[in-house]
Amino acid sequence: MLGWLPENISEYAQGVDTLFALIYWITVVVFVLVIGTLIMFLIKYRHREGHRAEYIEGSTKLEIIWTAVTTVIVFGLAMLSFPQWNNLKSPAENPDYVVQVRGEQFNWYMIYPGPDNELGTEDDLELENELYVPEDKLVQILLTSKDVIHSFFIPNLRQKQDAVPGRTIDTLKFQATEPGRYEIPCAELCGFGHAEMRGYLIVKTQEEYDAWVKEQWPE
Amino acid sequence: MQDNENMSHEHEHDDDEHHDHAHDDNDTIEHTHEHDDDEHHAHAHHEESFIRKYIFSLDHKMIGKQFLIYGLIMLFVGGGLALLFRWQLAYPERPLPIIGASEKYMEDGEVVTGADKMWERIYDSDKEEWLEAHMPNGVVEPAIYNMLFTMHATIMVFFVVVPILVGAFGNFLIPLMIGTRDMAFPILNMLSFWLAVLAAVIMAAGFIVPGGHASAGWTGYAPLSVDPQWTGVGWGLNLWAISLLIQGFSSLVGSINYITTVINMRAPGMTWLRLPLVIWSLFIVAILLLLAFPVLSSALALLIFDRLAGTTFFTSTAEGGGDPLLWQHLFWFFGHPEVYILILPGMGIASELVAVFSRKPIFGYRSMVYAMIAIAFLGWVVWGHHMFQSGMRPGMGAFFMTTTMLIAVPSAIKTFNWLGTMFRGSIRFTTPMLHAIAFVSMFVIGGLSGIYMANTPVDIYIHDTYYIVAHIHYVVFGGSLFAIFGGIIFWFPKMYGRYMNDMLSKIHFWLTFIAFNCTFFPMHILGVGGHRRRISNPMAEAIDVVTQEQLFADMNIFITMSAFTLGFVQLILVFNFVWSIYRGKVAEKNPWNVNTLEWEAPTPVPHGNFAQIPTVYRGPYEYSVPGEESDFIPQAQPEHAPASAGD
Repeated sequence: MLGWLPENISEYAQGVDTLFALIYWITVVVFVLVIGTLIMFLIKYRHREGHRAEYIEGSTKLEIIWTAVTTVIVFGLAMLSFPQWNNLKSPAENPDYVVQVRGEQFNWYMIYPGPDNELGTEDDLELENELYVPEDKLVQILLTSKDVIHSFFIPNLRQKQDAVPGRTIDTLKFQATEPGRYEIPCAELCGFGHAEMRGYLIVKTQEEYDAWVKEQWPE
Repeated sequence: MQDNENMSHEHEHDDDEHHDHAHDDNDTIEHTHEHDDDEHHAHAHHEESFIRKYIFSLDHKMIGKQFLIYGLIMLFVGGGLALLFRWQLAYPERPLPIIGASEKYMEDGEVVTGADKMWERIYDSDKEEWLEAHMPNGVVEPAIYNMLFTMHATIMVFFVVVPILVGAFGNFLIPLMIGTRDMAFPILNMLSFWLAVLAAVIMAAGFIVPGGHASAGWTGYAPLSVDPQWTGVGWGLNLWAISLLIQGFSSLVGSINYITTVINMRAPGMTWLRLPLVIWSLFIVAILLLLAFPVLSSALALLIFDRLAGTTFFTSTAEGGGDPLLWQHLFWFFGHPEVYILILPGMGIASELVAVFSRKPIFGYRSMVYAMIAIAFLGWVVWGHHMFQSGMRPGMGAFFMTTTMLIAVPSAIKTFNWLGTMFRGSIRFTTPMLHAIAFVSMFVIGGLSGIYMANTPVDIYIHDTYYIVAHIHYVVFGGSLFAIFGGIIFWFPKMYGRYMNDMLSKIHFWLTFIAFNCTFFPMHILGVGGHRRRISNPMAEAIDVVTQEQLFADMNIFITMSAFTLGFVQLILVFNFVWSIYRGKVAEKNPWNVNTLEWEAPTPVPHGNFAQIPTVYRGPYEYSVPGEESDFIPQAQPEHAPASAGD
C-alpha cells in the first residue's frame, strides 16, 4: 500500500512518510496477529461432539498486559508525532517567499506581493490556479477564502490546510525539492464545481524562477 | 447470593394473579405446556384493535419491530442512492443504466427505450426544469452527485443505523432482557417512533422541492450549507435541517425512556453487573444520545436561523458575524459521540453472540463494561480529530491526537476479550455467529485504519481522501451492519416465533462479506493514492499532469461492480425476512440455548412479556459451568441448593 503514495517532494514532510510506514507496519503486524489468532481459535475450538467449552471468566493479568501494551504503543506513536506535527503546522520563521492564496468557487487565486514585498499594494500579482515557486526555498502561504471552505491540498508535499472565510491561516509552509508541475486540488466539498477545482504548483529552479519574476515585473 | 433469595420473595407481589406454577421447574429446554398457558393469559387481558396493535402500538416489541422495518426500508433508500453515485464514479458522464437515456436517443433524438420516452416527456414539460438541468438523459451531474452522497450518509446514519440499533434492538431487547413488562413510558415510546416517521417524511419531501435536496455533505459544513447561492439548494437544505431536528427529538424521547427503564425496572436480582452486555451498550448509548443530540439540535436551529432569518452565526462578514468553525465544533461535538452510538450497540450484540455460540462466559465481563464506559467518555473529548486541517489551533491538534489514540486502548481490550471468549470454547458456526465473527474482524480493520487518521501528521495527507471513506464504512458497515444482520437472525425466533431460513441466511452472509470487502477495501488504496472524497468525477480535467485519480479508473469500476453486488445481495435478506415471518420453521422457546431473560418469555411474546416477572439468580454468561449437566444455566433458574442463611 505504501507504494501508492505519490512522490514526496517536500523537505518538511519526509517524516510524514516515515510515520506512515511505521504505522503501516505496526497495523499490519497487529492485524496478522489478531486475525491469525482468531482463525486459529475458530479452527481449534470449533464444536466437536463430546468436547465441552472450558469455563473461563477472564484473567486480570491478561487484561493488564494488553491494556498496558496498547497504551505504550499509542503513547509512543503520539510522542513520535508531536514534533512532526508542530514542524508542519506552524508559521514559517523567516520565509524566503510569502504568497497569499485565496480560494473562491472554483479556483485558487495566488497573490504575489511583488517587488515591494508587501501584500495589498499596487504591484501585487494575482494568478489563477498557478503557483510558481523556486526549489529548495521556504515558502509561506497565507490562506484565505472568499466564499465557502476550501482545502488547499498538495499531495506531493503531504500538505493540506482548509481555507476558511474570515480567517487568514498562516500555518502552511513548504520547501519543494523537485522541479516540476504538481496538482493542488481542493479537498473540502465546496459546491458543484468541487471535483474540478484544481490548481497547479510549478516548482522551478532558482534561475528559472528569477527569469519568471523578471517577466512578471519588468522594470 | 442470599440477597437475591430474599429479594425474590419481596417481589412476589409484582406477579400477575393469573400466573401458574410453570416457572418453578428446572427443565429449561422444553416448555410447551407453559407456552399454552401464557397465550391464554395474554388473550384474556388484551383484545386490541388492529390500529392499536400494529400502528399506534404502545407495546415495546411492536415498536421495536416498527423501527426495524422502518430502518430496513431506509437501508434500501440509502443504499440505492449510493449505487446511483457509484455508477457516476465508475462511468463518469455516462447515463445511468435502466433509467438513463439510450445512446441512440442522445445522438439523434430517436426514442428507443422506455427511459427515452420518460426523458422526452421531461424535456417537453415545463415543470421538471431542475431535473432537466442537473440530470440530463440520466447522467449524474455534479449538483446531483453532491445531493446523492449527502443524502446517502444522512439516511444511513440517522435513518438506518440508529433506528435499527437503538430503536429496534433497544426497544425489543431492553424490557425483555432486564425482565420487565414494558418500557417505563410506553406513550413516549410510541411518540418516538412516530416522530421518526415524521422526520423521514420531511426528509423524503426534500427530494421533490425545487433546487433539489441538501448537497452540503452529511456534515453540512457552513458556510456552504448556509447560503443558497453556494449550492443552489433552497428548501431542500431547510427540510434536511428540520427533519434532523425532529429525528433528534425522537432519539431524545427514546433515550429518556431507555435510561429510566434500565435504572428502575430491572427484575429482582438483576444487579448492574448481571446485565447482559448488549443492555449495557444500549444504556450507555442512551446516555450519549441524551447528551449529544441537543448539541446537534441547537446547531441545526442556528443554521435554520442563518438560512431563514438572516443571522450570521456560521458566516463571517466584513462587519463581523460568526465563524464557520463554530458549526464544525458543534457538529463534531455531537458527531463523535454519534459515531460511538453507531458502534457500541454493535459491540453489545457481538458480545452476546460470541459468548452464546462459544458456549463460554464472556471473557472479562467487567473490563468489557469498563471499556464501553471508557469509550463513551473519551468520545466527548476527541471531536477535534475531525478538524485537524480546519484551521483550528495546531496546539489543539496535539491534544486531540492523544485522546483519540487513547481510544485504541478500550477498543483493543474489547477485541482481545472477544478472542478470549472464543479461547477454549466450543464454537458453533451458526449464521449469527458468522456475523459476529465478521463484526470482530471488520472492526479490527476499521480500528486499525483509524490509527492513521488519529496520527495528525499522517492525517494531513489522508484527510478528505477515500481512506476516510474506507474507514467509516469498515466501522459502520463492517461493524454496525454485520452486528445488525447477526442480531436480526439471532432474535428473529423471539420476534416472530419462527426461524429465518438458514440456507438463505448463509448465502446472504457470505456474499455480503465478500462483496463488502471488495467494495470498501480498495478504497484504502485509492485514499493512499490521493483520491479525494466527494468528487463527482475522478476523471475530470487533466491538462498535462496525469492525475492520481485517473490512475484509479479501473479500481473505481471494480468498486462499483462490487457495490452493485452488495446492494442486490441484500434483496436475499429482505426476501428471507418477509418469507420467514409467514413461512419460516416454527421456533421453540429458547432455540439457541441462551441464558438471558428474553428467552424465558414465551414465544410469541405476549403483551406484558412474562407470565411472572422472573427473578435473576446469576450473571448472563454462565455457560459450560463445571459440574453442571447442561452447558447453560438461565439467569432465572433458581440455585440447586440455595445458600443457607448466614453463610
